[in-house]
Amino acid sequence: MEKILELQHLKKYYATQKAVDDISFSIEKGSIFGLLGPNGAGKTTLLRMITGIFYPDSGVINLDGKVFDPLNDILKIGYMPEERGLYKKMKIGEQALYLAQLKGLSKSDAMEKIKFWFKRLEMESWWNKKVEDLSKGMSQKLQFVITVLHEPKLIILDEPFSGLDPVNANLIKDEIHGLAQRGCTVIFSTHRMEQVEEICDHIVLINLGQKILDGTVDNVKQQFKENKFRIQLAEIPQNIVSNSFELVAQKEKQLTVKINQGSRSNDVLEFFLQQNINIESFNEILPSLNEIFIHLVEGTNSTTRAFQTINA
Amino acid sequence: MNKILLIAKREFLSRVQKKTFLLTTIGLPLIIFVFYGMIIYFSVKTTDNYKIAVADNANIFNGKLFNKGSEIVFEFVHTPLTELQKDLATNKYDAYLFVPATYVIEGKDSLQFRSSKAMGIMTRDKIQSRINKALEEKRLMGLNISKSQLDSLQEEKETINFTSANGKTENETKVGVSYAVGMISGFMIYIILFIYGTMVMRGVMEEKVNRIAEVIISSVKPFQLMMGKITGIGTVGLVQFIIWMVLVFGIQFGIAMLFPDLAGQMQGQPIQPAGMQAAEAMKNSGALTGLMEGLNTINFPLIIGCFIFYFIGGYLLYSSLFAAVGSAVNEDPQDAQSLLLPITMPIIFGMVIMMKAVNDPNSSLAIFGSLFPLTSPIVMMARVAHGVPEGVTYIQLALSMVFLILGFLGTTWVAAKIYRIGILMYRKKATWKEMLKWTFRNN
Repeated sequence: MEKILELQHLKKYYATQKAVDDISFSIEKGSIFGLLGPNGAGKTTLLRMITGIFYPDSGVINLDGKVFDPLNDILKIGYMPEERGLYKKMKIGEQALYLAQLKGLSKSDAMEKIKFWFKRLEMESWWNKKVEDLSKGMSQKLQFVITVLHEPKLIILDEPFSGLDPVNANLIKDEIHGLAQRGCTVIFSTHRMEQVEEICDHIVLINLGQKILDGTVDNVKQQFKENKFRIQLAEIPQNIVSNSFELVAQKEKQLTVKINQGSRSNDVLEFFLQQNINIESFNEILPSLNEIFIHLVEGTNSTTRAFQTINA
Repeated sequence: MNKILLIAKREFLSRVQKKTFLLTTIGLPLIIFVFYGMIIYFSVKTTDNYKIAVADNANIFNGKLFNKGSEIVFEFVHTPLTELQKDLATNKYDAYLFVPATYVIEGKDSLQFRSSKAMGIMTRDKIQSRINKALEEKRLMGLNISKSQLDSLQEEKETINFTSANGKTENETKVGVSYAVGMISGFMIYIILFIYGTMVMRGVMEEKVNRIAEVIISSVKPFQLMMGKITGIGTVGLVQFIIWMVLVFGIQFGIAMLFPDLAGQMQGQPIQPAGMQAAEAMKNSGALTGLMEGLNTINFPLIIGCFIFYFIGGYLLYSSLFAAVGSAVNEDPQDAQSLLLPITMPIIFGMVIMMKAVNDPNSSLAIFGSLFPLTSPIVMMARVAHGVPEGVTYIQLALSMVFLILGFLGTTWVAAKIYRIGILMYRKKATWKEMLKWTFRNN
C-alpha cells in the first residue's frame, strides 16, 4: 500500500519535557488511523508538527511521497484541533467562506463546496445565524465541515465526537467512513477507546512522548490476548481439573478458562466432550483496547509528567 | 500576502460594520462639536439691543460713539451715578458707563462700567474696543494728529520683527500656536497608540479565548494572522481619522454658515457687514486675529504628513507588542495589566518628554525623545509643530523616520516570535521571562 504520511525519528523537546521523543510510524492511504495516548502524552505536539504549526527539532515528515512543506501543503491537510472555536459574532456562512478562503480556495470554489456540505448535513438554514446562537453540537458539526471542506488528502481530527449527541456522532462517523472510501486518510486522535475499536484500522499508542504500540486493531488484540475462553455449558460437571487449562471464573453455567501454555483450545473442548456435556457456546475472549490501554499506561508516571524536569 | 489581506479585510469589516463604530466615529465628535459650538455660540452671542447709558461728565466722547448697525447701543445721558444705578435695577439700561467730570484723557484714570448681568466675552470685547477706539482717536487728536495721518500710521504696524537665525519671522502668537498644535497632535498620537493598541490586544485575546487561533493557524502562518490583524485595525483607525478630519472641516464650514460673526473672525476677512464689524473689532482686541495669523504660519501639509507617518509608524511599532501581550494572556483580562506595563511605560514617558519638547523643541531631551523609536511618534510631533528647520532639522527628522521604521521592524520580529508560541499556549499565562526566552528560540 502507498503511504500518505511517514514520520521518521520525530523529536520535539521543550524546556521542561520531551514532548515527542523519537517517534516513527507511517500511515497508509485511505485508512482510518487512531493516534492514542493518555493526556499529556505528546499527541497534540505530534499533530501540530504534522500540520506544520510546529517544526520538529529533528526528524523527517513525508507527506504523499514528498518531504512535507508546511507552506504549500496546507490544502492537502484538514486539521480539527482539540481546542477549537469560531468567531462568535460572525455569521456562519461568512465564517465558513472566510476559513475556506484562508486555506487557499477561491471565493467561488469555496462557496460551491460550502453549499454542497451544508446541504449534505442539513445545515442550509444556518447561513445567516451567528455561532453564539448554535448549540455545542451544532458548532462541532460546523467545525467538521470546515475541516473537510477543501477535500484534503489527510484529515486530522482531534477528539471529533466530544459534545456530539449519538445521532450527530453517527452522522459524522458515516462521513468519516465515506471520506476514507473516497481515498482520504483520516487520523483520529482520542482517548475514547470504544470509538477507536469501532472506527480505526490501524492504531499507534504513545505515552511519555514515545511510541509504545503500533499495529492494526486485530493484531494488537492478538498480541495482548491472554488465551482466555468463555464456555457456555448445559450443565456444570462436578470437578473441573485439567492439565490443559485453569478455571478463572464461573457464573452459573458460563465458565471462563485460561488455557495453559502448550495446550490448544481443542483440549478444552475435548475435556468437556469426554464428560458428555453439551457445549452451547465457546469463544475466545480478546482484550478490549481499553484494557490494553490501561494495562500499558498504568503504573507509568504519565500523569505526573507535566511537572517533571528532564535534562535533555 | 494575499492571506494577510484576507485577514485584514475581515478585521476591518467586522469592526466597521458594527453599530458602535458609527457611533464612535461620527457620534462622538459630533457631540463634542455641538458642545463646543454651544459654548462658542453663547459666548459670541450678544443680547439683542444691549443698551448702555453713557454719563459722559467730562465730555470726552463729544456725544459720539460708534453706534451704527450694531446690537450695542450707546445712549448719552446726564443723570447722576445714583440714578444710573436705579436705572440698572429697573432694567431701563443693561449697563452704564460713568465718566467722572474730573477724568483726564491723558491720565491713568479708569472708567467705570457696570452691567446688570454678566456679559459674554465677545460683547465685552466689542464694547471695550469701541470705547478704546474713541479714546485713542481723542488722545491722538490732542497730539494734533489728523484722522488720515492716524490711518497711515496704523498701516505700518510691527516695525520690530523677531527673527531667528535662519531668517524666518517669529512672533509671540506663532510660538503659542506651535505650542498648541504640537501639544494636540502629540496627545492625539498618544491616544491613538493606546486605543488601537488595546484594540489589537483584545482582538488577539478574543481569538485565543475563542480557540479559533489554532484552527486559523493550521491554514496561515501566525505571522500572517498577526499582521493581518494589525493591518485591518490600522485601516480602521486611518478611516476613522479621515472621517474625523472631514467632519472637522465640514463642521467648521457649517459653523461659518451658522455664525457669520465667528466665521469672519476665523477667516480673518469679512464676509458680510456684520462679520466685517466683528472682524474689525477683533483686529483691535487682537486675540483671535493673532491666532489666525499664527495658524497661517503653521505648515499644515507638513504637520499632517508627519502626523500620518508617525501615526502609522507608531501604531505599527506598538501594535505588534500589544499583540504579543494579547497572545501571552488567557481568559483573565487582569493578567494583561501586569504584562502591559513595560509597553505603556515608554508611551507615557514619550508623553512626558513631549510636554517638555513643545516648550523647548531643541533641548537634548527633546532630540533624544524624537529620535528614540519608542517615544519618537509622540515627541516628534511637538517638534515638527515648531516647523522645519526651526523646531527640528531635516537630518533629525529623516533619522527619526528611519529609526522608527527600523524600530517597527524590530518590534514586529520580536512580537511575532512571542505571538507564535503564546497564541497556542492555553491554561497558563506567560511571564516576561518566558516570552524573552521564546524570542531567542529558533523555531
